[in-house]
Amino acid sequence: MQVRRLPTGGRIDRSQSLAFRFNGKEYQGFSGDTLASALLANNVRLTARSFKYHRPRGIVGSGPEEPATLVELEGRRASANQAATTVRLEEGMAARSVNCWPSPGLDMGAVNQLFAGLIPAGFYYKTFKWPGWHLYEPAIRKAAGLAGAPVAPPLDGHFEAVHAHADVLIVGAGPAGLMAALVAGRTGCRVFLADERTEAGGSLLDRRLEIAGKPALEWVAESVAELKSMPNVTHLLQDASVWAYREHNLLMVNERSPANSNVLERNWRIRAGQVILATGAIERGLVFPDNDRPGVMLASAAQAYVNRFAVKPGERAVVFANNDSAYAVAADLHASGIDIAAIVDSRDAVPEDARDLAGEIPIKSGSVVIGIRGKRAVKGATVAERDGRGAEKVDCDLLLHSGGWNPTAHLFSQSRGSLRYDDTLATFVPDKAAQACVSVGGAVGEFSPASALRTGAEAAASATGSEMPDLPAVTEGHYSIAPLWRVDARGAKGKAFLDIQNDVTVDDVHLALREGYDNVEHVKRYTTGGMGFDQGKTGNINIIGTIALQKGVPIQDVGTTTFRPPYTPVSFGAIGGIREESVVLPYRHTPITRWNLDRGAFMYEAGARWRRPGYFPRDDETFQEAVNRECRAVREDVGVYDGSPLGKFELKGGDVGRFLDHIYTNLMSTLKPGQCRYGLMLTEDGLILDDGVAMRLGKHRWMVSTSTAHADTVHGHMEELLQTQFPEWNVYVTPVTSQWNNATVCGPKAREVMAALGSDIDLSHKGLPFMSFADGQVAGLPARVVRVSFTGELSFEINVAPRHMRDLWERTMEAGEPFGIEPVGSEASHVLRVEKGFLSLGHEVDGTVDAHDLGMSWIMSKKKRDFVGKRSVELRRRGNEIRRELVGLLPANPNEQIPEGAPLTPGGERRPTEGLVTACVWSVVLDRWVALALLENGKSRHGETVHVRLKNATIAADVMEPVFHDPDGLRMRS
Amino acid sequence: MQNYSIFALVRHALNGHTTWAPAWRSPPLKESYDVVVIGAGGHGLATAYYLVKEFGVANVAVLERGWLGGGNVARNTVTVRSNYMRDASIPFYVKSVALYEGLADELNFNMMHSKRTMIDVVQTFPKMRELRRRQLTMDIYGSTYVQISTEEVRRRIPALTGGGPDARLPVIGGMVHTDAGVNRHDAVAWGYARGADARGVELHQQMPVINLLRGSDGAIKGVETPRGVVRAPKVAVAVSGHTTTLTETVGLRLPLRTMNLTAFVSEPVKPLVDVVVNCPDSGFYFSQSDKGEMVIGGAPDMGQSFRRDIKQHVFEDTVTAMLSLFPSFRKLKLLRQWGGHLDIAPDASPIMDETDVPGLFVTAGWWGGYKAIPAGGLTFAHLIAKGALHPLMEPFSLKRFKHLDYVMESGTTTAR
Amino acid sequence: MMLIPCPFCGNRSESEFAYGGPVKPDRPDSHVTDDEGWVAFLTTVPNPVGPVHEHWWHVKGCGAWLTIWRDTRTHDIVEGPPDAG
Repeated sequence: MQVRRLPTGGRIDRSQSLAFRFNGKEYQGFSGDTLASALLANNVRLTARSFKYHRPRGIVGSGPEEPATLVELEGRRASANQAATTVRLEEGMAARSVNCWPSPGLDMGAVNQLFAGLIPAGFYYKTFKWPGWHLYEPAIRKAAGLAGAPVAPPLDGHFEAVHAHADVLIVGAGPAGLMAALVAGRTGCRVFLADERTEAGGSLLDRRLEIAGKPALEWVAESVAELKSMPNVTHLLQDASVWAYREHNLLMVNERSPANSNVLERNWRIRAGQVILATGAIERGLVFPDNDRPGVMLASAAQAYVNRFAVKPGERAVVFANNDSAYAVAADLHASGIDIAAIVDSRDAVPEDARDLAGEIPIKSGSVVIGIRGKRAVKGATVAERDGRGAEKVDCDLLLHSGGWNPTAHLFSQSRGSLRYDDTLATFVPDKAAQACVSVGGAVGEFSPASALRTGAEAAASATGSEMPDLPAVTEGHYSIAPLWRVDARGAKGKAFLDIQNDVTVDDVHLALREGYDNVEHVKRYTTGGMGFDQGKTGNINIIGTIALQKGVPIQDVGTTTFRPPYTPVSFGAIGGIREESVVLPYRHTPITRWNLDRGAFMYEAGARWRRPGYFPRDDETFQEAVNRECRAVREDVGVYDGSPLGKFELKGGDVGRFLDHIYTNLMSTLKPGQCRYGLMLTEDGLILDDGVAMRLGKHRWMVSTSTAHADTVHGHMEELLQTQFPEWNVYVTPVTSQWNNATVCGPKAREVMAALGSDIDLSHKGLPFMSFADGQVAGLPARVVRVSFTGELSFEINVAPRHMRDLWERTMEAGEPFGIEPVGSEASHVLRVEKGFLSLGHEVDGTVDAHDLGMSWIMSKKKRDFVGKRSVELRRRGNEIRRELVGLLPANPNEQIPEGAPLTPGGERRPTEGLVTACVWSVVLDRWVALALLENGKSRHGETVHVRLKNATIAADVMEPVFHDPDGLRMRS
Repeated sequence: MQNYSIFALVRHALNGHTTWAPAWRSPPLKESYDVVVIGAGGHGLATAYYLVKEFGVANVAVLERGWLGGGNVARNTVTVRSNYMRDASIPFYVKSVALYEGLADELNFNMMHSKRTMIDVVQTFPKMRELRRRQLTMDIYGSTYVQISTEEVRRRIPALTGGGPDARLPVIGGMVHTDAGVNRHDAVAWGYARGADARGVELHQQMPVINLLRGSDGAIKGVETPRGVVRAPKVAVAVSGHTTTLTETVGLRLPLRTMNLTAFVSEPVKPLVDVVVNCPDSGFYFSQSDKGEMVIGGAPDMGQSFRRDIKQHVFEDTVTAMLSLFPSFRKLKLLRQWGGHLDIAPDASPIMDETDVPGLFVTAGWWGGYKAIPAGGLTFAHLIAKGALHPLMEPFSLKRFKHLDYVMESGTTTAR
Repeated sequence: MMLIPCPFCGNRSESEFAYGGPVKPDRPDSHVTDDEGWVAFLTTVPNPVGPVHEHWWHVKGCGAWLTIWRDTRTHDIVEGPPDAG
């Protein structure tokens, strides 16, 4: 039975009854209800327990400001903490209160109230130290945390994120926002309107006002209809919070109920020319003893429940206020049949307008509420004069309070606009804007409907350069306030809450100040005030007021804490949108990925997002067996390797030679067409950037290859130099990584395989010597064959267009079959290069070594006057005489593998390292483990025994030249 | 100093907690001090504390532009760890972790240090190799780092349900760093402040330093504040992010750039993850606070920045990466986000030294400097008091740049 | 996410760009400058609380390296100082 539902009125659809469960009990509500309004209609008063003391709590607000009743939704809409006031009621919905067990009615955590005296603000800093925090922490963790954690992702839909552009973005569809949208829309510019409520109207939904001689909601309906008829008003989003205001007028909107039911939530990134913030204002509470009892409610919330939801939040109310706005609330409630016992106004003088609204309702001016009767529900209030004299008890089941209104300045502040304290309004209002935005209506302290319409229209007219329209007539309400930061009367005993959610009381703030935590940020952090789910939307200003009062300083000197995004909590799903890792980090593939997979290759990310085969296991082979087999094929017969991911750039222009001389350490300009040369690139501070091969294609045409991982870096490096340092040089860089694929045939029988493939190029030792290349045909496909080697064996790198790659690959496998050809993965390549002592950027290069350390002094040209990094390498070597130099290591026990990365220490003792093992592989040519290492002064220590330090053991190893196979390089030159 | 304990709480409860003394005094500003420390963040406060306690320097003042403890100590992700790669770094962080573990007792202030272990979730082989490289070097200095299997990673972090074998970045294993922990950042600042105050250090809030002042001999002679000149033969700068702003007032340029690094927290939920989770391949890390919030960190904004907002696209990348490994977090809500200003050196390692201006000391370049607060304060105090670098900080002097002798620590967290 | 003015493409979203670092003085002749000058060139950049001159690379657009003056406090793209090059 919805015992508290009014017989008529409200924005609910009485024809659509909705069944829902709350804390295990069945209830009914109507379409249009929030969970909070439906609970109140069913006279459920005790809806929550507080965070720290587990005090009984009810519903306090009517929107995202709700500080008390957080629920956890179960079932399809499963979600952790939600303010009950923002949950749109749905058929079959199941919700339960957070942070209480087994229910808010019988909550075991309420035992904390017995110890309340022992646990003031910051108590945990003073205790739980002995014998150790770890003893207490598990229990504390369990007690904290509000709702249960989500355990599974939502299954029945997805999130999405979209971009939009707007000339004018209007936040809020109350009177100011709608008026602004109408004015801007009529000019034909692109208007985007987003509003956090489920329907337009803003505060007009909660109140009984007339606009243009009609009920205000008729004006709202007409305005919405007009906006919908405008093609340039691109979006009228409801149930959509603008949650972040970033730089360059980028705003984020979280749309919670998109029309498409497959979309759970949608996140909008809106770039706006002009932003109009019509975000309204939030009522703050008054601070008096037991102001948290179920039945103590914000006055504006009660007005919303009566008018918008046709729910009586109580039968007999006391209204406690320090400003005029509560008088209209009292009048509306009175008209709906709620008995108003009294309006208790802390001001001595009540303005005439307000008195008129109150009619017959008794007004007690100069008075305050000093206490509440009833623990689990309000049973009465004690009212007294401001100093506590003349206390009398009043029976009531509802205590409505209003401490004044605060502009919702969150977004304005996020945009870096400044706030100022307004004495007349007793609150902080937007001051100077930092971006193209303007606040209107309640958001700028213009609390009357008439001034909301006016400021909304003015802002839009000024943003669009249009005329001010005639404004519809509306009653000009009056608002005045005398701030009352807390009730400080004799007889006012009991906890007076500033932050209801985090259980922060006036005493807590006083304690913080007494102990020296006297900055507003200190108070926030010491008491945790304003750090809850509601982020202090109703309570923060009272904390600031309490600090000012206690310190005896003006409130503007206390200042506010910083407003941080988001304005209201936003699900990470909505922020991430539909993107997933596979979309954000798409794999790069070569044309033979399918072939590799069919062949059973073990594939993985091999840097720069390339998906590459690590090795090709056969039958029951282990990793090591497969790698050994591939290596043996290359050393003894022939293998083929897909080198397509190597970065490739074509450089054209008359200055390419001198440019390459500048970026490589060695001389490139002397290359003749048809020749190529291995080269090293440094950064300007002398660190190794990349290694690769430069080929001269023609007089003014070159091709440069880079390592797979650094292709993008090298590209940026070249373009930066060319565009910022040498703009007059004639060099054009074209990335062609994806335009050329290659199959590299390597091994002693490589030339036989090439012959079997058939080519019009002379591939003999003389015809195509090492470090040269030629264009022609291979296996009938147009190809460029390059004689480079990364394995130390005779190699032919056959480069073709991607459309021919798979063909080439399959024909190579076919042609090589009689010679025992094997496809070779990255793992075998690693072994082969280690056996040769060839450099690998990911292993031997770690930001400290230079070419000399790697035994590559030959590559540091002495002929060139200058190149990138030259000066820095020289400088670094002068300052640091002990160098870690590349050596080969043979473990004393040939069958003992050294973990890669293991440190070398003197004698294997627990001492600072003198080097590290950069790679260790099973060498198929030596039939033993071999390793490369960087060792202090390693070049002069060949023949020494050094020690690898493991956790509980050492490995002795002999130092040697870092090359284990064909030291003279005869095989690759053959 | 008033003692803090459960007995004290009971005693003070009897009179409604009205008898607690201020945690620190608000003394009048004097005209001169032996040492002026600029910046009452974690490093500044710790430095002041150790100056008195370890080196007996009397007459120390800390000048703070804003509020005490409002530096990066107020806006970080509270992870304390020592899993570094090089001999230069590891022993320093091992020392810092050890100091943190004894800090609650030493300062009689519970900073709730919780040695809850960090697990690196590894998703690529190169990253696994890099992390394993650290393992045995760390062991030399007594820091633990153990490789675990994918199954074990999932057992320890049940919420990690993404990153399966077919994922774009599959989880291939993990590294466990049992020395790692988290604690309560404000308490670290307040504990040091209270301890320093009790030893006679003067803490001056809302006291910005406008200029550093040099004498005719070129040496530092004090600082200029809105309340006049404060003289001191030694001035120590501990103002992460604003180091160059200050040192440039005496014409000193340092190899530092200021960047904005952001963090964010979720709504509070019941305990779900009890270790610090670091996902270096995906680019984020998080831990669940005692309050139940997931405290999450990601990558810095590109470019120099003194703006404490997050770049939306950087933020979305971090969130997307997190959701790939923790898909159930789609239903978890963002509650708050913020940024902090760090200054970063060319090699991303810290800088601690006496500068070319005699008597002017800097501690800067702390990238992830929260974990370094105790040892950073101790070694900085050593430098100021003795005029020589503490052995643990020798590799991090300014002199290293004279020969470009970088200390390259790569990728210990996502941010590098 | 800023809107960066590309001289060829107009205002484009920051996500299309790669940051290119602060604009440095011209590279000194490495044979003329002394060690200190060389190290300063490599390691020291202006670090203003205010407008900074920097490069961005329109890598997911036209490929241009461009320079902007950006206020480090706000990310606003601003006019450079009158004596700026």
